[in-house]
Amino acid sequence: MRSRTRRSIGKWLPGLILVAPSLIVLGIFVYGFIGWNARYSFTDWKGLTPSDTFVGLDNYRELFADETFRNDSRNLIIFTLVFMLGSLLLGLFMALLLDKGVWGEGFLRSVFLFPMAISFIATGIIWRWLLNSDSGESTTGINKLFDVVGLDFLHSEWHKSDSIFAVASIALPAGWALSGYVMALFLAGLRGIPEELREAARVDGAGELRVYWHVVRPLLLPVLMSAVVILAHISLKTFDLIYAIDPGGPRTETPALYMWLTSFRGGFFARGASIATMLFVAIALVVVPYIWYSMRQERR
Amino acid sequence: MTAQAPTAPRTQTQEAPPERSAKTFRWGRFVRQLILFALACLFLMPVYALLVTALKDPAHVDVVKMWGLPDGLSLDSFKTVWPQLLPGFRNSLILTVPASLISSLLGAMNGFVLAKWRFPGADIVFPIILFGMFIPYQAIIIPMFQVLKDVGLWGGLDGLILVHIIYGLPITTLIFRSYFSGLPDELIDAAQVDGAGMLRTFFFIALPIAPPAFAVSMIWQFTSAWNDFLFGLILTRTEYWPITVALNNIAGGQTVPFNQAMASALLASIPTLLVYALLGRFFMRGLMAGALK
Repeated sequence: MRSRTRRSIGKWLPGLILVAPSLIVLGIFVYGFIGWNARYSFTDWKGLTPSDTFVGLDNYRELFADETFRNDSRNLIIFTLVFMLGSLLLGLFMALLLDKGVWGEGFLRSVFLFPMAISFIATGIIWRWLLNSDSGESTTGINKLFDVVGLDFLHSEWHKSDSIFAVASIALPAGWALSGYVMALFLAGLRGIPEELREAARVDGAGELRVYWHVVRPLLLPVLMSAVVILAHISLKTFDLIYAIDPGGPRTETPALYMWLTSFRGGFFARGASIATMLFVAIALVVVPYIWYSMRQERR
Repeated sequence: MTAQAPTAPRTQTQEAPPERSAKTFRWGRFVRQLILFALACLFLMPVYALLVTALKDPAHVDVVKMWGLPDGLSLDSFKTVWPQLLPGFRNSLILTVPASLISSLLGAMNGFVLAKWRFPGADIVFPIILFGMFIPYQAIIIPMFQVLKDVGLWGGLDGLILVHIIYGLPITTLIFRSYFSGLPDELIDAAQVDGAGMLRTFFFIALPIAPPAFAVSMIWQFTSAWNDFLFGLILTRTEYWPITVALNNIAGGQTVPFNQAMASALLASIPTLLVYALLGRFFMRGLMAGALK
């Protein structure tokens, strides 16, 4: 009995030793740092040297009362909704069109996906110019394009407008960057559905629409879930795209930007840490159930 | 391609389903085709604007004609911005190569163990590693900044390389775990029967058949390190700025001429665009791996 245990330890122990370095670093740099960051959020650290004076929930209380933070959170909600809905609908639409087979599919897929390879900074620089809202002689970008095709009544202030559309217009470049990815996810999902299943439904007398609703839709739900989680977590943490288009204005600022401005520009590290902790909690609420679900599916 | 990662997208494998009526088939297909090409034009619109602007003679850049084709091609805008971009470009190359290599190698080891040389609790360890892929970097950046300063790694490329290696581990582990899970157990068992230990099995059986997974992992890591902005911005000194930070500082100002901004954005995107154009399949698989199942 004893020797058997020892032999089985001898079997798996080398494996554990091989992954140990990664486990230790990730333990420190992911979980340790998240805890460390949360700890900072309970102190009054501002300026260069970290402070050990605990102030409890003061930072959080102040944030909830802070006009800027409330404005930024509202911006983030609007951005997330517009960006996610837009990318999901457009991505699904493109996937459904491509799925049935069209001429030039490889080319089309490449075109829809290539923005994914470009950094958000480059994307932001290109789009800042497309979303320019100068009027008269200096009209450029999309507004200018509207002029060229005779649709000048569509002129928009884009991210400089005073309404909620300011932050919603950032969803345009974000959707440009990611709806191709959503398309790829859905297309892989659609192609993963065995044709026999659809055929069986057709034999039972279901029309194409009913086939989609009763056969295809339920099988695409897991893909939809992946897409939602990926888009949501990207949306919550997006910093570079907004920074490149419109750095630091109340119209488009989100908590991810506010966190950077507060800590690394302003030196209010404890405050920045509490914004970061809230971002973390928001993302964990979406991601943890997703990972848990995926792991359970896999074990089955 | 006998052992394809299970997360690979299954494309190009199925024919379009046969439709019953030839007439509706043609019409439906025509409309689909039209919509898709219109969408492709919309997706390419920023690229068109970028190219025509960057290729115009700087003296002739005129907002009134911004959507018009240039009178003649000129590379002057590129020539103007390239010297400014060069240090950032160089830094990013120096940074991305070791970051992708080391992260992939460690990911291969982790993936191999988690798929084929499991230890008790491996099922719990894997999701714990995986979660690192999704964490917002804002939530670790303050301690990271602090630690790198304390150990003297702040400001240079070595610290940034370390950061990219560590935060790349979850995705590289996932990629290799999926890949190795797809291999038959007999392969490993046979090696063990022959008396090979774990390291020998890894180096002589698993690694030699893993180049496809390496390609996916390297490309993923290369792209995400090249496109990173937050870490570069906070963890490096001016002379070690990676390309994204350099790009933002050159082309991000309100007074920078459009043609120069466009030329910079294009130059800074060339490496990842090349990877996408040449190795799109592997790039795709990296993307799909990120979507778990």
